[in-house]
Amino acid sequence: MAKPRVALFITCLADQFFPQVGESVVKILRRLDVDVVFNPEQTCCGQPAFNTGFRDEARSVARRVLDLFDDVEYVVAPSGSCSAMVRVFYSELFEDDPELLRKCHELQKRFFEFSEFLVKGLKVEDLGARFPHRVTYHDSCHLLRELGVDDAPRKLLRKVQGIDLVEMQDYRLCCGFGGTFSVKFPEVSVPMGQDKIRAATETGAEYLVAADGGCLMHLAGLIHRQGTALKTMHLAEILAQR
Amino acid sequence: MSDAGIHSDEIHQIGAETIANPRLEEAYRSSTLRLFTHRLSSVSAFPGFERLREAGREAKRHVIENLDYYLGQFADNVEGNGGKVHWAATGDEVCKIVVDIVRKAAAKEVVKAKTMVGEEVELNHALEAAQIRPIETDLGEFIIQLAGERPAHIVGPAIHKTRDDVSDLFVKHIKAERTNVPEELTAIARRALREMFQKAGVGISGANFAVAETGTVVTVENEGNIRMCTTFPRVHIALVGIEKLIPRLADLGVFMRLLGRSGTGQKLTTYTSLLTGPRRAGEDGPEEMHVVMVDNGRTKSLADPKMREMLYCIRCGACLNTCPVYRKIGGHAYGWVYSGPIGALVTPEFIGIGQARELPFASSLCGACREVCPVKINIPDMLLHLRSEAQADAPRPSGGPIPERAAFKLWAWAMRHPFVYRLGARLARWGQSAIAQKGWIRRIPSYPISNWTKERDFPALASQSFRERWKRL
Repeated sequence: MAKPRVALFITCLADQFFPQVGESVVKILRRLDVDVVFNPEQTCCGQPAFNTGFRDEARSVARRVLDLFDDVEYVVAPSGSCSAMVRVFYSELFEDDPELLRKCHELQKRFFEFSEFLVKGLKVEDLGARFPHRVTYHDSCHLLRELGVDDAPRKLLRKVQGIDLVEMQDYRLCCGFGGTFSVKFPEVSVPMGQDKIRAATETGAEYLVAADGGCLMHLAGLIHRQGTALKTMHLAEILAQR
Repeated sequence: MSDAGIHSDEIHQIGAETIANPRLEEAYRSSTLRLFTHRLSSVSAFPGFERLREAGREAKRHVIENLDYYLGQFADNVEGNGGKVHWAATGDEVCKIVVDIVRKAAAKEVVKAKTMVGEEVELNHALEAAQIRPIETDLGEFIIQLAGERPAHIVGPAIHKTRDDVSDLFVKHIKAERTNVPEELTAIARRALREMFQKAGVGISGANFAVAETGTVVTVENEGNIRMCTTFPRVHIALVGIEKLIPRLADLGVFMRLLGRSGTGQKLTTYTSLLTGPRRAGEDGPEEMHVVMVDNGRTKSLADPKMREMLYCIRCGACLNTCPVYRKIGGHAYGWVYSGPIGALVTPEFIGIGQARELPFASSLCGACREVCPVKINIPDMLLHLRSEAQADAPRPSGGPIPERAAFKLWAWAMRHPFVYRLGARLARWGQSAIAQKGWIRRIPSYPISNWTKERDFPALASQSFRERWKRL
């Protein structure tokens, strides 16, 4: 059987702020004998403009994504939010153009969030990772409620050697990032994030883990400002640990 | 917050004040948590709840898609039962119709059951202006009427008041003895209200459902005050939003199961009244029953396929209780009558996006509201739609030195040109070297990131982007 071929959609956030997340994804996929390709023409999925109400601008960016990934078997992104943008909201962006909508639906079938791809696509859970620490997983809202993925990250984490995976209070509650919400409503976004950090801290976890760079950037920024001992990590980084 | 006018543009300020007020914050936190938990346990104890939600959604979809037919059927049946139907296109018309009926009945006082439509059209102000005294008889409404406030929650108008707050109001306004025992506070309100039920010539209620097949107005409650309002006085006026219709009496079972569980976690509320016409010979009840069918912006949403689904709402309040933003900023921050996720849809729709531009943005789009909605309204998706409406309608972009639209046009241009994207990142790396320390930036003075760095550090760009590292991977 031929090796599965996966195009990495790195997401602009991971590209610029968290390149180690992309490196972890590549490392893990290669260990699983996946042929990983990266198209350097990619930039952003268009979500910031879409969520702020600028649909024409979002569409112009999203169109490129349709074109850039139209010939690969799978596209994988280490973000629930960007994956939800493509998988769910692209349909709205292209609803008035039958040709682009067809292309969009075709891409949506091949587009996966990273943990979802491992568990549902490749049907692996044990990646041979080792991480002897107490960890709590934060469900990012788009991954949880737009894509309905809550089990896959936990299945993967449970198989990590030495890990002590604990659930925090209200683990399904939003952390308050919300894209531009974080700067449009900082007075709400910040206390929501503080609640999340408190809940994670109460479990005694050393690491707060999520599958979305946005949530992590917000939470890590709060933690760093407050001087809390909690550390944040992307799911892929833990799964790549040996 | 005052009980009149539109304050939706003050959402940031009122919200921040609520968050900064420990008493208010705790009141919202504990009461939403209680309702949320009650809902969760009653829903999990009901195995068919998902199917029920589907059935409720389908019934609402059907009725909203065929609203003209069902409105006609309902009106015919109300009149056939001996009631009188009035049609009101605007809030002012609602007030005029009600004032006329009350004047004709020569009543000086009216007792009111909780009605969100009444709040929406500011009926109490219209009654007072006509020298008619409106008396709120729902305990929560009674409390906020004394306080001169708007409802803080669709189901629990005084959800933000602690026992001590209520006691303060009772001492001040109805000369009650101070107590913070809930039973005693309730007894004080009961004594004050009992006499009013007997005195008032007109009772005004809302409606939870209006059954087209039978011309029945359905109300649900826990206090018994609605039943008193609708049966004691000689005249009963029901204010019914046109979206309240359900086709058949048989559909009521679905909605009763959904509403109680979603709203308060109850299998059924204590009282359910089915009001079908005025009293007949040998029966109790009002001599006259008036049903005021209220549009007030609803047909505009009906005509908009993107927003129509909003009219499925049965006003259970579950989306408020689960919403992390509502839990923080409270109901008054939304600046009008309806609050929470559904309020962020209803308010711009009913009063116009121009007066409620910030509301669709007051959401992290987490989707918790859609998850609990008994009729599965896709609230986040409609908030996104309203955001694009708000931006399209913006006379001039809000906030910040760079107009938002121009900024996003520039951004989109950069994202369409990888060379510009890479160049921009390179410039930012060069620029951050002066302010970044150990991978973090403490302050960025330019909007919007200045809003980030007030209370959060901002991560510095990685020294090398992934695309640069990829070449070596």
